[in-house]
Amino acid sequence: MENLIALLVAAPLLGAAVLLCGGRRLDAVGHWIGTVLAFVSFAFGVILFADLLGKDAEHRTLMQHLFSWVPVEGFQADVTFRLDQLSMTFVLLITGVGSLIHLYSVGYMEHDERRRRFFGYLNLFLAAMLLLVVADNYLLLYVGWEGVGLASYLLIGFWQHKPSAATAAKKAFLVNRVGDMGLSIAIMLMFTTFGTFAFGPVLDGVGDTSEGKLTAIGLMLLLAACGKSAQVPLQSWLGDAMEGPTPVSALIHAATMVTAGVYLIVRSGAIFNAAPDAQLAVTVVGAVTLLFGAIVGCAKDDIKKALAGSTMSQIGYMILAAGLGPIGYVFAIMHLVTHGFFKAGLFLGAGSVMHGMNDEVDMRKYGGLRKYMPVTFITFGLGYLAIIGFPGLSGFFSKDKIIEAAFAKGGTEGWILGGAALLGAAITAFYMTRVMLMTFFGEERWRNQPTRSPEAPSAEPVAEHHGEHAEPHPHESPKVMTIPMILLAVGSVFGGAFFSIGDRFLHWLEPVTGHSEGDSPVSAATVTGATMVCLIIGVGIAYAMYGRRPVPAVAPRGSLLTRAARRDLLQDDFNHVVLVRGGEHLTRSLVYVDHTLVDGVVNGTAASVGGLSGRMRRLQNGFARSYAVSMFGGAAVLVAATLLMRAV
Amino acid sequence: MSFPLLTATAVLPAIGAIATAAVPAAQRTAAKWLALLVSLATLALAITILVRFDPDGGRYQLTESHSWIADFGVRYELGVDGIAVALIALTALLMPFIILAGWHDADPLETGSRRWRPTQGFFALILAVEAMVIISFEATDVFLFYIFFEAMLIPMYFLIGGFGDRAHEHGEEAASTQRSYAAVKFLLYNLIGGLIMLAAVIGLYVVAGNFSLQEIAQARANGSLHMATSTERWLFLGFFFAFAVKAPLWPLHTWLPNAMQESTAPVAVLITAVVDKVGTFAMLRFCLQLFPEASKWATPVILVLALISIVYGALLAVGQRDIKRLVAYASISHFGFIILGIFAMTSQGQSGATLYMVNHGISTAALMLVAGFLISRRGSRLIADYGGVQKVAPVLAGTFLIGGLATLSLPGLAPFVSEFLVLVGTFTRYPAVGIIATFGIVLAALYTLVLYQRTMTGPVKQEVSAMPDLRVRELVVVAPLIVLLIFLGVYPKPVTDIVNPAVKSTLSDVHKKDPKPSVEAAK
Repeated sequence: MENLIALLVAAPLLGAAVLLCGGRRLDAVGHWIGTVLAFVSFAFGVILFADLLGKDAEHRTLMQHLFSWVPVEGFQADVTFRLDQLSMTFVLLITGVGSLIHLYSVGYMEHDERRRRFFGYLNLFLAAMLLLVVADNYLLLYVGWEGVGLASYLLIGFWQHKPSAATAAKKAFLVNRVGDMGLSIAIMLMFTTFGTFAFGPVLDGVGDTSEGKLTAIGLMLLLAACGKSAQVPLQSWLGDAMEGPTPVSALIHAATMVTAGVYLIVRSGAIFNAAPDAQLAVTVVGAVTLLFGAIVGCAKDDIKKALAGSTMSQIGYMILAAGLGPIGYVFAIMHLVTHGFFKAGLFLGAGSVMHGMNDEVDMRKYGGLRKYMPVTFITFGLGYLAIIGFPGLSGFFSKDKIIEAAFAKGGTEGWILGGAALLGAAITAFYMTRVMLMTFFGEERWRNQPTRSPEAPSAEPVAEHHGEHAEPHPHESPKVMTIPMILLAVGSVFGGAFFSIGDRFLHWLEPVTGHSEGDSPVSAATVTGATMVCLIIGVGIAYAMYGRRPVPAVAPRGSLLTRAARRDLLQDDFNHVVLVRGGEHLTRSLVYVDHTLVDGVVNGTAASVGGLSGRMRRLQNGFARSYAVSMFGGAAVLVAATLLMRAV
Repeated sequence: MSFPLLTATAVLPAIGAIATAAVPAAQRTAAKWLALLVSLATLALAITILVRFDPDGGRYQLTESHSWIADFGVRYELGVDGIAVALIALTALLMPFIILAGWHDADPLETGSRRWRPTQGFFALILAVEAMVIISFEATDVFLFYIFFEAMLIPMYFLIGGFGDRAHEHGEEAASTQRSYAAVKFLLYNLIGGLIMLAAVIGLYVVAGNFSLQEIAQARANGSLHMATSTERWLFLGFFFAFAVKAPLWPLHTWLPNAMQESTAPVAVLITAVVDKVGTFAMLRFCLQLFPEASKWATPVILVLALISIVYGALLAVGQRDIKRLVAYASISHFGFIILGIFAMTSQGQSGATLYMVNHGISTAALMLVAGFLISRRGSRLIADYGGVQKVAPVLAGTFLIGGLATLSLPGLAPFVSEFLVLVGTFTRYPAVGIIATFGIVLAALYTLVLYQRTMTGPVKQEVSAMPDLRVRELVVVAPLIVLLIFLGVYPKPVTDIVNPAVKSTLSDVHKKDPKPSVEAAK
């Protein structure tokens, strides 16, 4: 049975290789090859899941050793896979949601001439992401970690002829590289501390080592997580990543890759449990990001960027939960899974809307679409209810648990973190209601005006085929797109309840992550009540602002905060001034220094020592002369050698 | 007497060089094929060395020893350890690709040009360099090594000065001047390094009475050859200086960007992927073995210089406008990593450094040769002259991206393994140095991806709109390199198995042990 784990990774990897090397011959069937292999991988996942379920809770770990990867004295890195309950959860999420999004893309990318390549990249992503979650050591995890980063780079920049897409792709990779520094250093620290970086020995050996070292490892892992999961201060790439095709935003930048940071922290739980300072840092990052993302989400008129802000915010919840330790691990992962359903569904819905609206992304040019796209409206609506935490739907269960856990941390910290999580819930309700109202309700603002105004070019160049200045004719998407949306909506509705009834998810994950109840100053019922109040306030304000009043076609100037939020709370501006400009100045002056100073000084020293400067200058004058002098030079060496030898 | 395999591997390309040069002027194509066949036959011999070499056997194998200049104790002594075997294999492997990539680089220019381009000479010189590089890796006699270490400057000089890029913004005249400048600069830097080394070689003879690496190293190890501390340090510096010029190490690096910029892409690969490796190889073989104490004494300074090379090279690469200069500065950064790994004096560091030499050779060859194909199509080396190539030549862009990803050490490709080993090996002994070096991975991503973005993405520039995609010959060059990059990224064990024992002996020469993990140390 263990041998299936390798096949799980190999199926999409094979797809990527075939599709990317296959050439134009495969253009006609490429997308189906990719989709079928994604489903094959999902099928392997289900078989493995059934196998794990058949074992008793404590023995649900499968190990597969493939080969010794980097054997060097004292350093042992193997290609070994570990499939336990935590990896299994991810495998099902990745292959399940991944397969649906492959299917959706068959329709969504139909008119793109490079569709085969798109599916090759998607398959590459699946393989890398699966490797990331089944790796049994941190170095192998790193391969998957960078592999998903590469796939993300390729897919964000899929429409490379657009400079904005190419820039966004590069930015995503670079910001992630800063995170990778953290992962590299964490692995190096593990190696100097434990002599290995395999999960087993590291996580079991935590007891023997000092808290200082563990805190350092924890903080470096957090840095890595911040990069991959778009957490403050490394969040700036995610909004730009929306330049990629919408299925990519759904799969990579919402449901799976961006949650890798949460996986990393939960997987390294033993380290964080023994390093309270690192844990505190994790919770702070999570709480700050959940508010940061939510505020940004409120201000964006681009539907995908609003959802991207939301993704940051929701991952902030997960990171917060992961930082709480055993009180929160299970719920971090549970929210990760339910978020995978509803956020992927929301993005696919947004894609469907764009598909019907000549690829317009500006919500101010939507309105009243529920009549024209009933399936999209209902599935998006269910995703909306799930994310704001409407009672009974997925988000209600998973988010509520995180807020409870935050209070249960106890002390002032508990109150602050819990308060932030509650506030976040209110803002979530606000911005999601705003998206819902602006898109599906109200006036049909797209009438009598051409979409794709020149100053705000849409993300999807496919529009070129449709005639970009025509009035849009909103229409429902084909079945190949709506079926995945419906299935994800089902998950968004029932997932949370299914996991929570009888604490199924808790019992499933507990053997890996551990669990403790914490000591909450407020009862669970109070937390739920408060969350409901926040939800109602958020929805109410949004309704008052966007439901009862008409939405202006041009965004009002807005308050200082709104304007800052539109610019991602000025982080890009900061980066631009400090890193980009500063960096340019630095490299330019170094180029100058290298040319004049270093070159000059070294040449000058050599010249003054050897009296060569005159010769050097003369040598530049002609080919023949330099030819002669160098002959002399070569001969001189040999003569000098011989003479000196005789002298000895 | 058994078959002198090592001699044969070096002599074959040397004979090939003479034969290629002797092909009549009219038979250009025949000369090319001859050179290619010779390089392939040399590769076959190198593979034989690889097969015959027993990683668990003695330190130097396949040894040959003959008296040469008896008066001065100069012997013709050859022998290979795992490190040398790996580098000989790399050299022999890259040569056919270099020759194939440069297939048309020395074709006669259009009629009307003043310059004569001796096709035969180009390929003969490349083979001559191969012969000298291989014998440098094999020589265990210090004087023998020195002769070929210096002699390879001569063919290199002609390759740089005589066969530049056709692409030049200011016309043929300016190109010729700059080429001569680059060639002379290359020669003078390396000659000065060589002269200083010559003094040290002679000094070593005065102290030790012979030139045999094995004898001297053994005498040093068992205490029968005593060197005064200051003598050892001076001799070390003499050797190290020459190797640091060749490698090159900051601040002796400025000849490399000029040389790589002006020469054709295959020659640039020959410089950085093959010839420069002799410098780093010699640090491992000669500096550490002959002068262990002085090596340890100099370590702090060398580590700092290596760190500067890593960061400085990468920053300079970011600031370049010329594709080939960019790759040159990237190489300077990578040589910093190699030297860091050598002088960290840990198993991971030195195995990583050796592996790095091999991987850097392959990855730079992939990136630089594709860059050369690109440049030959447009006739310009300037990054700003490109844009949107991906749309018109997707295979070229794809291979260029893979070469770039290898250069930034993407996990899954070969350079990642070696770079990480170097970082870990450094970190275990010098955590702060390891952390600073890690910044190199961010900068590497910056210069690589900026290069890719500016040349390959965006709207298609008018001048590149008719650019053809890779041709069959070009694909034959690039595809195997990419396969190797992936293979050695996933399964580097064949190389590490050969290298590890040699590293172990080198470390015992300098009396260094790996730091223990703190958990174990506490017990």
